[in-house]
Amino acid sequence: MSNFTSLTSKIVPLNAENVDTDQIIPARFLKVTDKLGLGEQLFCDWRYNADGSPKPEFILNKPEMKGRQVLLAGDNFGCGSSREHAPWALAGYGFRAVISTSFADIFRNNSLKNGLLPIIVDKDTHAQLFSLAEEDPNTSVSVDLATQTLSLPDGRAVRFPIDSFSKTCLLNGVDEIGYVLGMREQIEAYEAR
Amino acid sequence: MAKTLFEKLWDAHVVAQEPDSPAVLYIDLHLVHEVTSPQAFEGLRKRGIKVRRPDKTFGTLDHGIPTHDRSLPILDEMAARQIAIMEQNCADQGIQLYGLKTGADKQGIVHVIGPELGLTQPGMTIVCGDSHTATHGAFGALGFGIGTSEVEMVLSTQCLLQRKPETCNVQVNGTLKKGVTAKDIILGIIAKYGVGGGTGMVYEYTGDAIRAMTMEERMTICNMSIEGGSRAGMIAPDETTYNFVAGREFAPKGAAWDKKLAWWKTLPSDDGATYDATYSLDADVLEPMITYGTNPGMGMHITDRVPDPAKIGDLSQRKALEKALAYMDLTPNQPLLGHKVDVVFIGSCTNSRMSDLRQAAEMLKGRKVSPNVRVMVVPGSAQIKKQAEREGLDTIFKEAGAEWREAGCSMCIAMNGDQLQQGQYAVSTSNRNFEGRQGKGGRTFLASPLTAAATAIAGVVADARSMVN
Repeated sequence: MSNFTSLTSKIVPLNAENVDTDQIIPARFLKVTDKLGLGEQLFCDWRYNADGSPKPEFILNKPEMKGRQVLLAGDNFGCGSSREHAPWALAGYGFRAVISTSFADIFRNNSLKNGLLPIIVDKDTHAQLFSLAEEDPNTSVSVDLATQTLSLPDGRAVRFPIDSFSKTCLLNGVDEIGYVLGMREQIEAYEAR
Repeated sequence: MAKTLFEKLWDAHVVAQEPDSPAVLYIDLHLVHEVTSPQAFEGLRKRGIKVRRPDKTFGTLDHGIPTHDRSLPILDEMAARQIAIMEQNCADQGIQLYGLKTGADKQGIVHVIGPELGLTQPGMTIVCGDSHTATHGAFGALGFGIGTSEVEMVLSTQCLLQRKPETCNVQVNGTLKKGVTAKDIILGIIAKYGVGGGTGMVYEYTGDAIRAMTMEERMTICNMSIEGGSRAGMIAPDETTYNFVAGREFAPKGAAWDKKLAWWKTLPSDDGATYDATYSLDADVLEPMITYGTNPGMGMHITDRVPDPAKIGDLSQRKALEKALAYMDLTPNQPLLGHKVDVVFIGSCTNSRMSDLRQAAEMLKGRKVSPNVRVMVVPGSAQIKKQAEREGLDTIFKEAGAEWREAGCSMCIAMNGDQLQQGQYAVSTSNRNFEGRQGKGGRTFLASPLTAAATAIAGVVADARSMVN
């Protein structure tokens, strides 16, 4: 599993609530049998015209957004379908973290397993980040997982929640399946009940 | 201590619980389909391990398969390849597959065939790489959707790492009026509490309106729990549940049945059990529901008018509504009754069971669908298709001018060629009205099978109560 420690990046603001996983990666791209290459289709129907040309007004198509690793999204990001193709597409594009006020449960779980850090912030910080991004499109943030802090341009450090197990797994790239495979005796004991 | 249904199931399935770690939860039934599993099977191959419990794992082909004549080849090469890989994975791992070549007579949508075969039973933990696994909660099971990494974990270990969610008691009391259905109840709950209202929680639906329901109606309710943000929706088992399960292929028999039944009867939430939250919906005053926007929470009574963003105080909610209405090409305050429709889709894991088809057929009997509307009826499983044909429903649909198709997810997820064209409107009995969900640029109004059938005849959004057959 991919690990995550810290990063500093300018942010990509996507100011929409309830972004569902059908928007992140439409169902017609789910016929793949591996995890790679989905970054091209990330937000496909918002990003490209019918002829495949990029829609210039969509945030990811603004030239200065290229290479940015932090997505700032609206409330309840990743709702809907359980498709893990959504974090595969986000990570495949190059995102390492998504900031929102809340994430859908399945999307959050899927992201943590792919080195994509869901960062939950309070409403005020969230609104502040969007206005900062509007004032200065080059607004940059720093994320440090070990201390669970998101550092804003004004120097303020905001602590974000993550359960200690997920944090350890992300910091060290722990293989969760390996961890449970190691519990064979307990599983056998349960099955024998 | 008094426990809820959820807490009883959770406690009964914890294999291990280390401090500061999620629980290791044992999974009784793992359902697998072709779209979210290939990368998981590949993971097992890389580790050099086999599926731990193929006897607790069942496969179906539903998401990507065509719903036209099954004797024709699959023209979509990627879909055909995914299906071939699923067939190979199941054969290699000794997993029963209900597909095109093996078990074709029992193939169908994963959340339709689980209950139909008696695989789904009270007290079980059930997972699938599909968010509508919540459906199985109708039996007093804990069913929820998982991602592909989690599919790989369950294939490898028959366990899942899970943090304990909170609980919410969703009370539905009262008596539904004629023409108002289970679909309207769940659309009503989601409209009231929003698409994120259940995040972090498991819903338990209680109340006399729920108790009065058939299993098929309960499945429709639990199915859409995820559209309210809740990964799982549960209903305590009762005589209705036991009668449904009894005698099905994989249901326990004889002494095993008696033993299970005794346990199932202990599962309903204890008097005095507490929940982290309580929601409610009054069935007495509910009208048929329809969605107008681009998420399942954007719903209203079918006789209402589309809401006006100008009247919404919260800026981001106002923007979301403006964006949705722009996509749907609707104007504030317009009625949806009488709005033009190009396609009517009757199907999906929400509404493709016998009672749904019978309701639609009753409305369509002796009538014709509007010449301007394409009407697709897609049964949830091969067994439902056969039963419907035994009852002559297929003839009713075909004589009315509707298409009668093979079982699958079809236009609910629109990855098999069944899809809306750019700009088209559909009334759909499925579960998601997200942008492009039923085809790129397509626009979806979610509603009940009754509303769908009435709309098919009228050629515009119609209130079934004004045209009961």
